[in-house]
Amino acid sequence: MAFISSGYNPDKPMEGRISDIGPRHFGEYLPPVIKDNFGKWDYHEIIEPGVLLHVGLSGDKTYTVRAATARLMTVTMIREICDIADKFCGGFVRFTTRNNLEFQVETEEAAKELKAFLNEQKFAAGSMKFPVGGTGAGVTNIVHTQGWVHCHTPATDASGTVKATMDVVFDDFTDMKLPAPVRISMACCLNMCGAVHCSDIAILGIHRKPPIIDHEYLDNLCEIPLAVAACPTGAVRPSKVEIDGKTYKTVALKEERCMFCGNCYTMCPSLPLSDGEGDGIAIMVGGKISNRITKPAFSKVVVPFVPNEPPRWPTMTKVIKKILDTYAAEANKYERLGDWANRIGWERFFEKCDLPFSEHLIDDFRDPAYYTWRQTTQFKW
Amino acid sequence: MAKHKTPLLDQLESGPWPSFVSDIKQEAEARAKNEKGLDYQIPVDCPDDLLGVLEMSYTDGETHWKHGGIVGVFGYGGGVIGRYCDQPEMFPGVAHFHTVRVAQPNGKWYSTKLLRDLMDIWDLRGSGLTNMHGATGDIVFLGTTTPQLEEIFFELTHNLDIDLGGSGSNLRTPASCMGMSRCEYACYDSQELCYNLTMEFQDELHRPAFPYKFKFKFDACPNGCVAAIARSDLSFIGTWKDGIRINQEAVAAYVGGEIAPNAGAHAGRDWGAFDIQKEVVDLCPSGCISYDGKLTIDNKECVRCMHCINTMPRALKIGEETGCSILCGAKAPILDGPQMGSLLIPFIEVNKDDDFQDIKDVVENVWDWWMEEGKNRERIGETMKRLGLAALINAVGVDVDARHVQEPRHNPYIFWKAEDVDGGWERDINDFRKRHQR
Ligand code: HEM
Ligand code: HEM
Ligand code: HEM
Ligand code: SF4
Ligand code: SF4
Ligand code: SF4
Ligand code: SF4
Repeated sequence: MAFISSGYNPDKPMEGRISDIGPRHFGEYLPPVIKDNFGKWDYHEIIEPGVLLHVGLSGDKTYTVRAATARLMTVTMIREICDIADKFCGGFVRFTTRNNLEFQVETEEAAKELKAFLNEQKFAAGSMKFPVGGTGAGVTNIVHTQGWVHCHTPATDASGTVKATMDVVFDDFTDMKLPAPVRISMACCLNMCGAVHCSDIAILGIHRKPPIIDHEYLDNLCEIPLAVAACPTGAVRPSKVEIDGKTYKTVALKEERCMFCGNCYTMCPSLPLSDGEGDGIAIMVGGKISNRITKPAFSKVVVPFVPNEPPRWPTMTKVIKKILDTYAAEANKYERLGDWANRIGWERFFEKCDLPFSEHLIDDFRDPAYYTWRQTTQFKW
Repeated sequence: MAKHKTPLLDQLESGPWPSFVSDIKQEAEARAKNEKGLDYQIPVDCPDDLLGVLEMSYTDGETHWKHGGIVGVFGYGGGVIGRYCDQPEMFPGVAHFHTVRVAQPNGKWYSTKLLRDLMDIWDLRGSGLTNMHGATGDIVFLGTTTPQLEEIFFELTHNLDIDLGGSGSNLRTPASCMGMSRCEYACYDSQELCYNLTMEFQDELHRPAFPYKFKFKFDACPNGCVAAIARSDLSFIGTWKDGIRINQEAVAAYVGGEIAPNAGAHAGRDWGAFDIQKEVVDLCPSGCISYDGKLTIDNKECVRCMHCINTMPRALKIGEETGCSILCGAKAPILDGPQMGSLLIPFIEVNKDDDFQDIKDVVENVWDWWMEEGKNRERIGETMKRLGLAALINAVGVDVDARHVQEPRHNPYIFWKAEDVDGGWERDINDFRKRHQR
């Protein structure tokens, strides 16, 4: 491997340097029909699962075929997407917020042909490459984070839990038989890069053991005051320990105050908290971000912990499937998952979804906890 | 031949959903074959080693990535995230495996030319693995080595006219919904506003000057396709001030069953005939719709929730006096619990003709306040919680009104200021004593 220079000269880093130019303007990448009708759309229809029709005020029509991706995608895969877009769509393609692909074509026949083509594309081992769906009252692609593939704080994997879940709810991706859209999201630690705190169903990686303290290295690798300041519950304080007659400056932990957020680890690599037995998944439900009918709402924890069971997380997917199926059977048309649970009451939600209620589900974190306790005698038996 | 045995990961190759494992294996093979004869600039077997280290995590139930070190390109404080494997001897291909964030075109529209050009860079100088896209919105290139960083940056800026995105305590890459490009609900041009502010604030994007990260997200209507209200420090959500436009003929067509409700979103199940009373009138959260053969909306009472419009998109249209609401302070739970954005500006025009100056003024005022008052690693939502929403409203210079709250305060512990009270707080004890004995 010989080093190939791009033209960058490390001896004169500022020479010819271009910076702060931002992204390319989106206008360069709009397919012609999109450009012509920009801001002048009349209405849309979902022709069949995964196929949208948009009609402009001009009468122009465009068909969109929406297909899933795994988000983690390779150069080879993206070139394959380009080949498809070149062949069917004049060289344009779009990614959605939830990591779906969207291909734009001119006629309904072309859309159906493309849908069939996409559904036929398979990996050698059997899974589909671009299953079409993710529209309307169904489950769309899961937004998720990095997990064991690429992050230092995860309590579980992201790509694997998503694959396992989507395999189980695949029907609801390719069909539109739910009462309302269901957004599933996944974040592999409390940092929630994927912002799962407002999703219909959320898969959240959590730790359950306080950090291990690497006393002999801590002072070399970390600013102790930063680690102390990072703890939101004041569980970390400066301390000294003696190991083999040598005194080290380090920290001590009030373990009963730790809520396993991993903030101290973010500030100080000598406080790792990952653990094969301690780590696993919490399941949250009932959040939404749209303002439709009811206000945006936070997700609520309904299962405090399921263990990590790679590669397919069977306990987790079983719970998710049960919640989804119960909701599908019981909710009214247009009713989001959380609105259904609010209507029937959460005590009923646990009963119907066969979920045990435990002490861990009663909030005890500062002020916000108080607002979740029941302050009325209106409850159901 | 695969470099490492991956019996656990192999089980993720079955089932219908696209398998990332199969994809990475496919890439590993393509790199080993190297049909184009590339002189790969980082280890050829990094996809193999990534699978190896991931399999190890599947066995241990623990991550094998170290805490990121400080790496980046000259003059930038963000855009690259350092990443090192904690088993470098076993998996040398991913020993150094940094992430590069690349600014995406707003709305995530691409030409295949642009995608192919990006992939060429990443094939030669990186792992060949990407996230399309990261949760924040940018294109994420997964895995390269330090010596490649300046080279990648040089090629991006010189050959593709594209910059890095944001990371660290700065403005993160802003993201918008696809808005006007293909959505009839768009109340303003979310992509253009997103692009314009991204360009305006390049310095804040690349050189960390804030207490912590800061995110802009743009939803062109209250449906919220990029979840602005839940995950951005400033969310720009499209809305309107006048009435919903009604086409009575189309209403009749919905009632008559000629047009499927909700654009056909419920086609997978037989929900019975469309019942406008039950499905629209009764579900309107403000009870401001009525139907007696003709649809009437009491627009003054409408809270613009989008339900009736979503349900009958061909009959009902958003109003014509459009703009956006600005909300502030959303964040995920860390540190002090999750926060939803709080309404800061109920309505502001989104005006391209003056280069969105009114909106930029708001942004500058919000930042000035936060940079003055915010503590290190405190999201603005937390600063607001500590100092109160009114403090921010005052700093931004908005007129306070009842729209700022869900309901008025429950407790009368009001922090009056001296200037709020006639005569101020300075008093004379001797004067007091003239009226009250000791
Ligand atoms: C060294 C520490 C951290 C690293 C390396 C890190 C890394 C990342 C990465 C790689 C992403 C993009 C994820 C993706 O798109 O797949 C991300 C996004 C995000 N991170 Fe972190 N993170 C760190 C700390 C934090 C902390 C402390 C918080 C919360 C206080 C946080 C909250 C978030 C959120 C909310 C997002 C994106 C959500 C969105 O834009 O929709 N991160 N982070
Ligand atoms: C029935 C009411 C709704 C309608 C008519 C509607 C309309 C749309 C349309 C037309 C798109 C496609 C935009 C695109 O092409 O990317 C879209 C995408 C999206 N919508 Fe909605 N929306 C509705 C409700 C919601 C709700 C309630 C949520 C979440 C709470 C939501 C979240 C999203 C998201 C995240 C996307 C991203 C695209 C994707 O699925 O990959 N939408 N919506
Ligand atoms: C020198 C100062 C204070 C004195 C001597 C005082 C004395 C008292 C007394 C004697 C009662 C009982 C009245 C009864 O029999 O029902 C009482 C009740 C109460 N006080 Fe105070 N108080 C003082 C300050 C305050 C302050 C500053 C607050 C609020 C911030 C307060 C809030 C209350 C409340 C809420 C009750 C009613 C408790 C209940 O019945 O539920 N007091 N106080
Ligand atoms: S959610 Fe946590 S573990 Fe997952 S990518 Fe974000 S910071 Fe890493
Ligand atoms: S994990 Fe969080 S709560 Fe526990 S000690 Fe670290 S910072 Fe404190
Ligand atoms: S947020 Fe509104 S305007 Fe933007 S894409 Fe979604 S539905 Fe359309
Ligand atoms: S937008 Fe919502 S509040 Fe307004 S009339 Fe329609 S259903 Fe009612």
